[in-house]
Amino acid sequence: MYIIVVGVGRLGYYLIKALLEEGHEVLGIEKKATVCETVTDELGSVCLRGDGCEIATLNEAGTNRADMFIAITGDDEDNLVACQIAKHKFNVPFTIARMRNPKNEALFKKLGIDATVSSTNIILEYIEQEMPTHPLTHLLTIRDKGMEIVEVKIPPESTAVGKSLKELSLPPESILSLIIRKHAKPLIPDANTVLQAEDQVIAVTTPESEEALRAALRGAP
Amino acid sequence: MKVVIMGCGRVGAQLASLLDAEGHQVTVLDRDAYSFRRLPPTFKGTALLGNGIDEAVLRKAGIEEADAFFALTEGDNRNVMAAQIAKHIFNVPRVICRIYDPLRQELYQTLGLEAISPTKIFAELLKEKLEEGRSEETR
Repeated sequence: MYIIVVGVGRLGYYLIKALLEEGHEVLGIEKKATVCETVTDELGSVCLRGDGCEIATLNEAGTNRADMFIAITGDDEDNLVACQIAKHKFNVPFTIARMRNPKNEALFKKLGIDATVSSTNIILEYIEQEMPTHPLTHLLTIRDKGMEIVEVKIPPESTAVGKSLKELSLPPESILSLIIRKHAKPLIPDANTVLQAEDQVIAVTTPESEEALRAALRGAP
Repeated sequence: MKVVIMGCGRVGAQLASLLDAEGHQVTVLDRDAYSFRRLPPTFKGTALLGNGIDEAVLRKAGIEEADAFFALTEGDNRNVMAAQIAKHIFNVPRVICRIYDPLRQELYQTLGLEAISPTKIFAELLKEKLEEGRSEETR
């Protein structure tokens, strides 16, 4: 694959290095001449000096034949514009933008950026998973289908404890796919499965029905 | 009309004072409070400190009720991003954005953003001036 990386900071440097090791064709684009020189010395001629938001620079980089375009400068607006140019001017099939402000995710998605990465969000997700009291944890987002895979822990005080799935009013878009139970094998639930306290329920749901699913499993307080 | 202007540079401040003098309700946004010195003492609108690519700041500036939004900071990309937030998130009826880079201006124009490149317009104007001068000489 031919992959272009805009912004060769520390993140960009190690990303380029890893992609090269995996055998990809990689080109970094960086404004600072000194950074370009260092990268060229250490990794070979894989760094172009220029502004990744300039159409002329992207032309020079051969962006029209790129399979993937990754913009990871420190500025959200630069990452957005670089990806939009790659997408609309050069028809790059897959674009990834780094975000400093996780609230920009909805905007970037709406404007056609294929994937966004936010270190703030990644850290927050780890915190969610580590907090035993957190009601619902996001495990995976299936972006193009508008679905997500979540984990809900059943607290002992939940009204769902001792009830079978058919007795619960679960939102129709949600599918409970797995129950991980203490001291037992994980089981695939059916309508007659009775929930127990401390069960970990793995479910497929949509962002809209997430709240209803949480309420049904945790018992409306 | 309710107008939000992002960027209180020479152009932003000038536009703000023109619209304010005509009786429009103007809010000017800038990341640097020192920029507000450019507003005339008669300015009756609001000067708000903050970054216009932040939705919360735009909300505070009253973008939800705005009839028009202008993105006039020094940064092309910041203008492009703010203008797209105003247009696509807040559905502001009229959004106008300055993009110095003529190539980027063309691209965003085709993507449906009302974008103006002062570089292109001024260069064309200068060329016209030169040609006017020449045709007078040959007369």
